[in-house]
Amino acid sequence: MATKLPEVDVVLVGFGWTASIIAQELTDAGANVLALERGGWRDTVPDFSVTHIQDELRYAVRKQIFEETQRSTLAFRNRPDQLALPMRQLGSFLPAAGVGGAGVHWNGQNWRFLPTDFLLRTHNEQRYGKKAIPDDMTIQDWGITYEQLEPYYDKWEYLCGISGKAGNIGGAIQPGGNPFEGPRRRDYPLPPLKRCAATQLFDKAAREVGFHPFPAPAANTSKPYVNSLGVQMGQCTFCGYCEWFGCANYSKASPQSTILPVLLKKDNFSFRTHSSVVRVLTDSAGKRATGVVYVDQDGKEYIQPAQMVVLCAFAHHNVHLLLVSKIGTPYDPVGNTGVVGRNYAYQVSSDVNVTCKERLNPFMGAGALGQVVDDFNGDNFDHTGKGFIGGGYIALWNTGGRPILQEYLPKGTPKWGAGWKKALHEDYLYSTHMQCHGGMMSYRNNYLDLDPAYTDDYGNPLLRLTFDFYDNEHAMSKFLTDRATDIANAIPNRGINPKPRKGHYSIVPYQTTHNTGGAAMGADPRTSFVNPFLQSWDVPNLWVMGSSVFPQNPGYNPTGTVGALAFWAADAMKRYMKKPQPLVQT
Amino acid sequence: MDKRGHMGGEFRAAEDCASPSRRSFLIGAAFMSSTLLLAGCGGGEAAHRSVSPRFFKNDERNFIRAAVDRLIPADQLGAGAVGAGVDTFIDAQLAGPFGQAVGIYMQAPFHLGDQEQGYQLPFTPAQVYRLGIQRVDEHCRKQFGNAFAQLKPDRQDAILHELEDGKIDLGEIPSGDFFGLLWQNTREGFLADPIYGGNRDFAGWKLIGYTGPRYNYLDDIGHFGKPYERSYVSLDGTSPVMCRFGDSPTGRFRGPGCEYAQMPAKVHYDALTTTTGKVWPAGNL
Repeated sequence: MATKLPEVDVVLVGFGWTASIIAQELTDAGANVLALERGGWRDTVPDFSVTHIQDELRYAVRKQIFEETQRSTLAFRNRPDQLALPMRQLGSFLPAAGVGGAGVHWNGQNWRFLPTDFLLRTHNEQRYGKKAIPDDMTIQDWGITYEQLEPYYDKWEYLCGISGKAGNIGGAIQPGGNPFEGPRRRDYPLPPLKRCAATQLFDKAAREVGFHPFPAPAANTSKPYVNSLGVQMGQCTFCGYCEWFGCANYSKASPQSTILPVLLKKDNFSFRTHSSVVRVLTDSAGKRATGVVYVDQDGKEYIQPAQMVVLCAFAHHNVHLLLVSKIGTPYDPVGNTGVVGRNYAYQVSSDVNVTCKERLNPFMGAGALGQVVDDFNGDNFDHTGKGFIGGGYIALWNTGGRPILQEYLPKGTPKWGAGWKKALHEDYLYSTHMQCHGGMMSYRNNYLDLDPAYTDDYGNPLLRLTFDFYDNEHAMSKFLTDRATDIANAIPNRGINPKPRKGHYSIVPYQTTHNTGGAAMGADPRTSFVNPFLQSWDVPNLWVMGSSVFPQNPGYNPTGTVGALAFWAADAMKRYMKKPQPLVQT
Repeated sequence: MDKRGHMGGEFRAAEDCASPSRRSFLIGAAFMSSTLLLAGCGGGEAAHRSVSPRFFKNDERNFIRAAVDRLIPADQLGAGAVGAGVDTFIDAQLAGPFGQAVGIYMQAPFHLGDQEQGYQLPFTPAQVYRLGIQRVDEHCRKQFGNAFAQLKPDRQDAILHELEDGKIDLGEIPSGDFFGLLWQNTREGFLADPIYGGNRDFAGWKLIGYTGPRYNYLDDIGHFGKPYERSYVSLDGTSPVMCRFGDSPTGRFRGPGCEYAQMPAKVHYDALTTTTGKVWPAGNL
């Protein structure tokens, strides 16, 4: 028998980036807010201390900073006619567990999407004609514009202390920045990070082949910084342990390093760890969320009533919760009806390894220490005759040269034995790689639903992922990888190894943790689960945060937009709290 | 309450050093009690105690030593996997949560599926090793009249290549999967921080020129193309000495006579997963 707890104004499912932002904003507006986190409590001290956090085996390889599949996983297949099998080991993507969520272990590669990304279908149909979009490609506009989101991007960047160089302030192109970005109101709060040997080489080579490189916007602080909430951050020291690690140095923006010191002092905020939300409760008509059910680590069940429910968990988990709670119409790919689970997308990444003639010392790095070319992202170039739409950036990220996982050896290197040993000896200090970070369109047969065979720890059916890459993605990946190879060839080198994305999507090798969609936002309730304010069309006191609302995935890392959308939604929630009603009438 | 506060249990360390039966308790308790342990384990007596494998049986260990010696051989560039303690590393890993598939989804039914669907065997990594080694040795005895460890290096290399290519029948375990796991763990043991028992005397890091985890490269990062010349460091200091009951993530306990016996991963793992749920503010329920 579940224990019923006293009602709160707002209950947040999860306690990562979006929950921290919503909590900070809504407690300022006077609401009583509770966050329920399935993982444990973590903080910079002692959990991310340099005495133990710089441990590649424990965190990056054994994955002790991520969720356990035993507790929560999904079943996967490439095609609807296949048997889906459980993802038993983590690989392709790495959801977090614990306070701070993936905000603890991300690299800090921080982006705004392009203005045309938000108008994807409209823009591409206008420029290339309706036939440029295949019938089974279910891309759609977001229901908001870049201009609407711009103030919230700005708010996010000044919260996080982003290091970078503006490329476009109010329409005026700025030398040294990304000339393709949308107009911004002001420059980044901090100057770009110092360059390292590899990014210097990339910059020179990219210019030589006629592209427009610029320093990547980084949520790693290039200088000490006091953020918009008055929280002090320290200067990044390039220790090389960002991705898959917590930051010891208060340099990588995370909930812990930017919001929690302020949020946790508030009397109208509380949180509970090891509390896994298993249901969103609704009234008998299914028109109002009444709270959530969660289970603690002893298996005890609690009902937490709330005036508002905000899903702030990892993209998959938000969609899973909607499906098991029977909220919204589940997506049916056969009839092409329903919305929950629709338009799941991912990232199409590929690599080019380069073994340089110059010594690189790759271990001096930071998660977002990179030099980038954005000439081939989104619709920054003419796609006529290319056979695909969309694109991605090409970057040289110098994240840290960690020895077990960051092996970038030339083509033809023996896989083991004396030859491998010799190559590692000769090339480790000289080798790096470029990443092609491609966007991904959404398709009729890429979707999430519930698996009929496998269950999770709580007896719920597993989420089922049906997903593959399509011709558009393979053509795009080849094009991007060829351009990266052009840059690699212009770097004085002893060998390169281009690795375009080929064949079926595989759940095994790590690609990115940029899983999107399943609860898309949009202006049309027939093709979106939330309205442009991230409010459920069906259940107006239920809101969905995070990349699960992306209708497809642009060619950038998602976190910058996830943060901006959370601030955008928080403003809408404040309006809702004054006058509880759908913010968009149907 | 501090989330790790409950782990500072009381016990008599001197007894525990010699008592394998209490090891499981110690694994959890060592986290906060490293100084007690050190006091108990210190002194010359323990230095002469031989260390028996914690997971492998003797013939299994012979296989592992022979195999990793071929995967990363000793040569003019320096120590190979055996010199770097990789067999000890793998032994400790298989005895711990990695080997036992702790936290891994093992719900039936099991179907092999397509390679894109990832690992689907009903075996833990420890079971894959146990079965795989047994069957490779059976194959070697049948084909060549001897266990793998007794064969000539060229023959061993050929067998490893065949395993890698999935060409040897190991029953339920595809030989490519067995090889993949063995090679993955061999690389790990060669290149992971020495606190885990491999990469001994920084053999792996010396080979490649990685001097270990350091905190600050703020000045050095601008010295493009220049060598970075510093001593090698481990998370446990500059010269890790094997310590009996594992290391503390926050401490630096090492001393004469403490041989390595437990990887810190297990210790930290327990701390992460057995923490009492935090309710904040206290009494919120």
